[in-house]
Amino acid sequence: MANWDWQVFCKDTVDGEVVARCFGSGGSVTYLDWMLSAWGWTVSVSVCALLLALIVGSIVGVLRTLPDSPWVVRLGNAWVELFRNIPLLVQIFLWYYVVPTLIPPMRSFPPFLLVVIALGLFTSARIAEQVRAGIQALPKGQRYAGMAVGFTTAQTYRYVILPMAYRIIIPPLTSESMNIFKNSSVAFAVSIAELTQFYLQAGEETSRQMEIYIGVIFLYFISAMAINRIMAFIEKRVRVPGFVAASGGGGH
Amino acid sequence: MELDFGFYNWGVISGFVLKGLYFSIFLTIVATLGGVFFGTLLALMRLSGQKWLDLPAAAYVNGMRSIPLVMVILGFFLLVPFVIGRPIGAETSAIITFIAFEAAYFSEIMRAGIQSIPRGQVFAGQAMGMTYGQNMKLVILPQAFRNMLPVLLTQTIILFQDTSLVYAIGAYDLLKGFETAGKNFGRPTESYLLAAVVYFVICFSLSYVVKRLHKKIAIIR
Repeated sequence: MANWDWQVFCKDTVDGEVVARCFGSGGSVTYLDWMLSAWGWTVSVSVCALLLALIVGSIVGVLRTLPDSPWVVRLGNAWVELFRNIPLLVQIFLWYYVVPTLIPPMRSFPPFLLVVIALGLFTSARIAEQVRAGIQALPKGQRYAGMAVGFTTAQTYRYVILPMAYRIIIPPLTSESMNIFKNSSVAFAVSIAELTQFYLQAGEETSRQMEIYIGVIFLYFISAMAINRIMAFIEKRVRVPGFVAASGGGGH
Repeated sequence: MELDFGFYNWGVISGFVLKGLYFSIFLTIVATLGGVFFGTLLALMRLSGQKWLDLPAAAYVNGMRSIPLVMVILGFFLLVPFVIGRPIGAETSAIITFIAFEAAYFSEIMRAGIQSIPRGQVFAGQAMGMTYGQNMKLVILPQAFRNMLPVLLTQTIILFQDTSLVYAIGAYDLLKGFETAGKNFGRPTESYLLAAVVYFVICFSLSYVVKRLHKKIAIIR
């Protein structure tokens, strides 16, 4: 086994000298600074992609449950199948290399945006699947109740179905949010300066791959824990008394 | 921009793509078999009720599941030679990594499968005088495997998609095959597009078959 050298994080990235307080000042950057900035990229990619995935996934998921519109349902199903059956890495390559070639205006898009679109749409298919399952898990009577009080379809979804459906699917949404942080690591393939990319470059530069690896894994771990806690907090805040107990067994 | 798939003749397909496809399929099959085997062992450890078996298995499974697969692949490939003092090939490294990684996921599936068997079945086996091993092998696991078959196969499809991540260590899989062909002929756009189509066709057909199987098994049960 190699000897540990945790001082690697305090080293300046240019001259390799150990900096006294581990954080660079006046333009110099230590590996710790670099790692935290890489963490920032991981978090930004993940959070932006998660927002996109929630919006698109909710729309597609709702469309798949609309009554009396078979073609809209089929279109929604096609969306899910398309984005679920192509590996994420291939989808990232498609958005990064292929789509800008075919659609010239997209050539000016920054790589960050392209990766967010790729990861967001990939995840939207999985969220659409959960939204659909959540809506269909509700008793039919809820929809009829909405119709009975004279709601339009849109109002029924807004005031009756979705508020319950979203609460039901918080547990799978939690694991999907944690997945998106893990999946953001695939962005290393198109040179986004996130944690995996940092590990590859800094590990190579310093030859202290073990220490860098452990640091990076630790940050991924913290991110996943943070998401988990945030979702648990949301779940607690929005709980409907008496209802969550029934779905707490996690039958979905 | 004009797309031109003309260079994808049989020579290119058999020279670049098929070699990659074979490795992707091989890796999927080996990782599934190995993953199910070790995953079952991990599941049995977690259900044993013995702390000294349960805790390490739980730590392993939860640890693996909270690390991105890419980092596991890279870590194994870059760190193991560091420890054992000599490099290992990308393909060997990929096989070992995938078995170790997938075992964690399969163990969760197996655990759910074993827990789906009513307790009465366990007691029935015990009443017949079966040992723990006989009970597992003859009564519990056959039923658990059957209940879990659709989920296991779905995980295998995900695993097939995940094999594309061996790109990170330069192993020659299906995606790499398309990429190499695209680079050699200066047509990366068409190559990535074709790769997406091939992955889609394979995964979509497989998931269709799994859906059919799910219905069939559900009726018999």
